[in-house]
Amino acid sequence: MRAVGGFLAGLIFGLGLILSGMANPAKVLNFLDIAGSWDASLAFVMGGATITTYLGYRIIWRRPAPILSDGFALPTRRDIDRPLLTGAALFGIGWGIGGFCPGPAWTALPMAATGTLIFVPAMLLGIVAGRGIARKAT
Amino acid sequence: MLPSIPTDFTPLASLAGGILIGLSAVMVMALFGRVAGIVGITAGAVTQDDRTWRIAFIGGLLAAPLLWLAATGGFPVQTVSASPVGMGIAGLLVGAGTAFGSGCTSGHGVCGLARLSMRSLVAVLTFMIFAAATVFVLRHVL
Repeated sequence: MRAVGGFLAGLIFGLGLILSGMANPAKVLNFLDIAGSWDASLAFVMGGATITTYLGYRIIWRRPAPILSDGFALPTRRDIDRPLLTGAALFGIGWGIGGFCPGPAWTALPMAATGTLIFVPAMLLGIVAGRGIARKAT
Repeated sequence: MLPSIPTDFTPLASLAGGILIGLSAVMVMALFGRVAGIVGITAGAVTQDDRTWRIAFIGGLLAAPLLWLAATGGFPVQTVSASPVGMGIAGLLVGAGTAFGSGCTSGHGVCGLARLSMRSLVAVLTFMIFAAATVFVLRHVL
């Protein structure tokens, strides 16, 4: 059940990325290029996703527990610290260079474009490095 | 860095795709009680004891373009920079930055904003500003 549920959620997420255009780096970079070939489409992706999630979460949270787990495990931190800002800034620079954030990079992988085949292993290496540095810093 | 390739403004498809992403995030909360942050799921697929659903989720992400191919007869349109140096650096920065800043477009963006987290709002504004500034420099300054 857990595997089926996880797979279906990932599949729906990936189809959403493709349908919305987020799996196409050219479209993402045009969204970020406000001074040039601006394509505002991705504002609709963020809007649709966030509003749906906002409403859905509030329905789900009325339950005492999730369907396949003992309890809800939500992020609890509220502080705005230096790692949050540094990490977000580094991520933004990388996103602006490649046009990929983590979800679209995974979904684009089976299409095997040269750039994707370089990006995904580099991203996984980066995750390992970033977690290592974060662990040392605390 | 890709040269500027014009793309069509697609508000309806983008809104529909966004709603699918939101439904997936709601599914993850309903089934597993977790936020659907892709970097967290990716790292958790290796490090967490409860890894089955996370590995399956990534399998679903990978299956999406194949289902698209089967249903429409072609892969989705995409243009990816083939610069090995550029994409290598971009991948390292995206991986390290999201791991260090505890979230990406989905974790801080979709799920964090839906939880009304101030921490996530600050992260989203920061990475949006840095991403737009990077594109500006690469396309209009250099």
